[in-house]
Amino acid sequence: MQASDRFNINSQLEHLQAKYVGTGHADLNRFEWALNIQRDSYASYIGHYPVLAYFAIAENESIGRERHNFMQKMLLPCGLPPEREED
Amino acid sequence: MGHVDPVDDGLPKKSQRIIDREDDYRRRRLARIISPERHDPFAAGEATPDPSVRTYADAMRENDLQKQKEQLLRDIAQKKKEEEEKAKEKKAVPEQQPVAAPKRRNRWDQSQDGDASAAAGSKKAKTSSDWDAPDATPGIGRWDATPGRVGDATPSVRRNRWDETPTPGRMADADATPAAGGITPGATPSGAWDATPKLPGGLVTPTPKKQRSRWDETPASMGSATPGGTGAATPAGYTPGPTPFGGDNLATPTPGQIASRGPMTPEQYQLLRWERDIEERNRPLTDEELDTIFIPTHTHTSKKAARYTNTIGHTINRGQQFDVPKELPGGLPLMKPEDYQYFGTLLNEEEEEQLSPEEQKERKIMKLLLKVKNGTPPQRKTALRQLTDKAREFGAGPLFNKILPLLMQPTIEDQERHLLVKVIDRVLYKLDELVRPFVHKILVVIEPLLIDEDYYARVEGREIISNLSKAAGLATMIAAMRPDIDNIDEYVRNTTARAFSVVASALGTPALLPFLKAVCQSKKSWQARHTGIKIVQQIAILMGCAVLPHLKSLVEIIEHGLSDENQKVRTITALSLATLAEAAAPYGIESFDTVLKPLWKGIRSHRGKVLAAFLKAIGFIIPLMDALYASYYTKEVMQILIREFQSPDEEMKKIVLKVVKQCVSTEGVEADYIRNDILPEFFRHFWVRRMALDRRNYKQLVETTVEMANKVGVADIVGRIVEDLKDESEPYRRMVMETIEKVVANLGASDIDARLEELLIDGILYAFQEQTSDDANVMLNGFGAVVNALGQRVKPYLPQICGTIKWRLNNKSAKVRQQAADLISRIAIVMKQCQEEQLMGHLGVVLYEYLGEEYPEVLGSILGALKAIVNVIGMTKMTPPIKDLLPRLTPILKNRHEKVQENCIDLVGRIADRGAEFVPAREWMRICFELLEMLKAHKKGIRRATVNTFGYIAKAIGPQDVLATLLNNLKVQERQNRVCTTVAIAIVAETCSPFTVLPALMNEYRVPELNVQNGVLKSLSFLFEYIGEMGKDYIYAVTPLLEDALMDRDLVHRQTAASAVKHMALGVAGLGCEDALVHLLNYVWPNIFETSPHVINAVMEAIEGMRVALGPAVILNYCLQGLFHPARKVREVYWKIYNSLYIGAQDALVAAYPALDDDGDNIYSRPELAMLVASEGGAMFRIYFPLGILTRFAEEFP
Repeated sequence: MQASDRFNINSQLEHLQAKYVGTGHADLNRFEWALNIQRDSYASYIGHYPVLAYFAIAENESIGRERHNFMQKMLLPCGLPPEREED
Repeated sequence: MGHVDPVDDGLPKKSQRIIDREDDYRRRRLARIISPERHDPFAAGEATPDPSVRTYADAMRENDLQKQKEQLLRDIAQKKKEEEEKAKEKKAVPEQQPVAAPKRRNRWDQSQDGDASAAAGSKKAKTSSDWDAPDATPGIGRWDATPGRVGDATPSVRRNRWDETPTPGRMADADATPAAGGITPGATPSGAWDATPKLPGGLVTPTPKKQRSRWDETPASMGSATPGGTGAATPAGYTPGPTPFGGDNLATPTPGQIASRGPMTPEQYQLLRWERDIEERNRPLTDEELDTIFIPTHTHTSKKAARYTNTIGHTINRGQQFDVPKELPGGLPLMKPEDYQYFGTLLNEEEEEQLSPEEQKERKIMKLLLKVKNGTPPQRKTALRQLTDKAREFGAGPLFNKILPLLMQPTIEDQERHLLVKVIDRVLYKLDELVRPFVHKILVVIEPLLIDEDYYARVEGREIISNLSKAAGLATMIAAMRPDIDNIDEYVRNTTARAFSVVASALGTPALLPFLKAVCQSKKSWQARHTGIKIVQQIAILMGCAVLPHLKSLVEIIEHGLSDENQKVRTITALSLATLAEAAAPYGIESFDTVLKPLWKGIRSHRGKVLAAFLKAIGFIIPLMDALYASYYTKEVMQILIREFQSPDEEMKKIVLKVVKQCVSTEGVEADYIRNDILPEFFRHFWVRRMALDRRNYKQLVETTVEMANKVGVADIVGRIVEDLKDESEPYRRMVMETIEKVVANLGASDIDARLEELLIDGILYAFQEQTSDDANVMLNGFGAVVNALGQRVKPYLPQICGTIKWRLNNKSAKVRQQAADLISRIAIVMKQCQEEQLMGHLGVVLYEYLGEEYPEVLGSILGALKAIVNVIGMTKMTPPIKDLLPRLTPILKNRHEKVQENCIDLVGRIADRGAEFVPAREWMRICFELLEMLKAHKKGIRRATVNTFGYIAKAIGPQDVLATLLNNLKVQERQNRVCTTVAIAIVAETCSPFTVLPALMNEYRVPELNVQNGVLKSLSFLFEYIGEMGKDYIYAVTPLLEDALMDRDLVHRQTAASAVKHMALGVAGLGCEDALVHLLNYVWPNIFETSPHVINAVMEAIEGMRVALGPAVILNYCLQGLFHPARKVREVYWKIYNSLYIGAQDALVAAYPALDDDGDNIYSRPELAMLVASEGGAMFRIYFPLGILTRFAEEFP
């Protein structure tokens, strides 16, 4: 850890990772980052009721159904993770 | 002249050693033995343990044997006593009374072993017994060599005589040695600690050859652990005496011999050090040495000689044993004499090549430990790191065999212990399950920390034990500590109970519950039950309200202890229940349902200590009850409490007070009941002079009385004690005053009728005037509290009070004057309420006359009193008039005393704020110059008041002159002064509007001087922080300046400019200054790769500020370019920014993330965002678009 990190929020990066799942690091790959983005997006859709209502109208579904769908999608929003490349 | 170097006076310095501040009880830790490692069933799997390995069964068996021995000894003593008594009875006349049973006097809750009483008994019997006559040496029998056995607080006499096999090597007349070893019981860690007693007369006591037992296999001391040393097998030839190393065999000692010398007591070390010093000073001088002193041309012989003894003397090697090379090979730190027995082998370096790998490893560990223990901080740091990194390589065995004996060293100091404990902690973390065989060893060393008087040592100990239990697991911890639970030594049981509570908090209480249940029901020994219950108590203390989920099970586990056959078990059970209730308050009454009845019966049947404990338990349970029950139970228990009011026992007194306080404060206990049934007895027994003498009683009594007043009201309580304000005992008067103060402060004075009011004021004036002690605050606070509570009702008494004050202001004692002035500031507000402005004006004039006071403390108080008067009567009505007062204050500003400075600057600031027009501008400028000096003050409050005063003055006389003064001050060298000046500039700008200040300030930036430019930038930073959204009008004006600063080569320029940008951005967020902010962000951004901590912090904060002002999407776009940069260093920085961005605005980023294309099976696109509800001809339909088209689409549907 650098000396500069001792004072700011990055000083507890590990702790931070545990608290905020969506934070990243230099070794994050495309899939992991996209996964975070997708989950954050679905969480945001569910969290903002007007947005949810809007999607419900657009898809002609009930709001509850939309919410359920989004929640289900949060499980594997991007599909299965790609095989790790040998490095 | 006359300066004496304190280090070189030849006397030992003030001791830092732990042992010197420990009491006898804590010192018992040294008598514990680092037990051999145990069998680890987890590691061994199915295999049967090697018979040479010590298993759990062995430990238990040994513990049992120990107990049996103890029992046997007790029986023998008992029998002996009986026989004596029989013999006596035969001789004595028949009607003589039998010997009364000896009275037990023991410390509260520190349960005594049964044998203690037996010992006391036998001691008592000793007077007439010829068996015991020669036994002047208190119990240092050979039994003490066995583990965990310590001489009790009451030395047991019989053991020496009753050894069936006499200790070899024990001198026939050893018993005659006066108090040998009794002075330093347990000071030496090895088993044979009676071998080297402190012998003032230089008596030679040969060390007895140790008994062969399992314990001798312990590598408890250096000698036996190192294969190279001759070790404990050889009787140590160490003789403490005037010439300790005069023996032939020691004339030219090798380090190995030093190593093999047995452990010494601290006193011996001290003696040794001192002697070495004396020897060195008094040694005969050689011709050469004399020549160096008496150089004929030199006249200042004595001076030279002095230097000689200080410098040269130490470098001449005289071939004596104490001239062991001071510089150790390989850059090792210095050793203290007591370190030689541990680290001595490090001195023979020539053999290094011939050592086996094992021995080399050991040497390596020792070197590292020595560096950690005695080295410089950098040495220590690297050594600690190496120990940590290589822990698994070294192995648990060699590591702990070296570390633990060091911790048992009798001369260890706080700092050393802290460092070694740190080593253990680090090593534990690395070794993990490998520590299992060593758990008990480590506990023996660490447990004493749990009862250390130093808070941090206790925390450290807890942390180690908690880590240890996480590494070793519950099963191993229990196996290691189980034998100690019913150890015969109370010290061992006490520390074990505490350690167990730490294990419970580390691994979760539920995991430990089954074990606790079993222990608390142990049929074999009451000690086990006692310890088990004590563990519960310790858990409650340690975990506080976190016991609530397990409260019911914990209570169930211990409840049967209330009816235990053993009195000590009953006591500890009640105390544990009290602790549990205290921890659980105000919840959890249902868990205590089952114990209410036994407690209830108990308080009726028990007496003495048990009763006190039971009362305590009830006292803590009652506050958990519903109002109805609480009232009922209080009434019931109160009868007993009132009976115990008259108990002479101090401990009982404290508990009774505590319980009364608990009961009285409980809802449902009515005021009438307290008033009629409790108060009369309470005041009769507790409000006596004696109670004021003991600090703890005093506090407890005041607290309880205040609690009662909360229920019954002020008048009842104050009425009862007000007469005592005129009592002849001053401590008692103080206690009365403190109680009145607290009661009145809590409840006001509306209850107090006219008569009581008169008595009260009269009493307070008496007590105030009669005080003689130094602790004046109680009287002052009491006076202030009562006067403020009475408010306007004080009016008739004010002339009298002011008379007293005036008289005391003229007193010759400084303390009295100070107190009088302090009292004015306390009552000024009330005087105003009583419309006594004339009186205040008069006091103002009196105080003004005393401004020549020479004692700074008093002067500070006088200024404070003036300030209080000015505050309440205002600038216009003040006498003396402000125009006279302020010039008198200007010279006082030069006073360097903190209290004077603070009060003076407060007063001046107040005048500048409210009454600046009464004083000519010239005077204010003069004050400005004085104020600059005050910016150097150490106390923050003074500096803050000063910069605020600058603001007021600037407001009064206009900013130009003040600003010129301040800008000039930016050139000074002192950093603190400059920083305060920048703050003052910012405050002036804030009070007089920024446009009056900014031009001059920005002009100053052109001065080609680092300090000035940085000062200007810092002022800007503070300025924008203070003016907030007003900044929107000035942001365009300062942007070019900040541009320049952000491109400067100097780091500090960029740092300060970045922080200015931060404040600016935060101030103008949402006010439409985005264009300027983006422009500035472009200058800030390249600085993200800075590594200097302050700079990078400022830059990151500026970016955070920008996030707020510009929105996270903008910053995200800046970030995206680097998140997947090929260079890791770049990626790291960008992810750092991304993370703080993410944490700050997680939700808002959703709209701004880039559109990622799907990749094979993985879906990365977010089609939902492209959904659009378009209305065409009244029909709703939905359209999906890839995000890219969306923008084009949006253009078509504006």
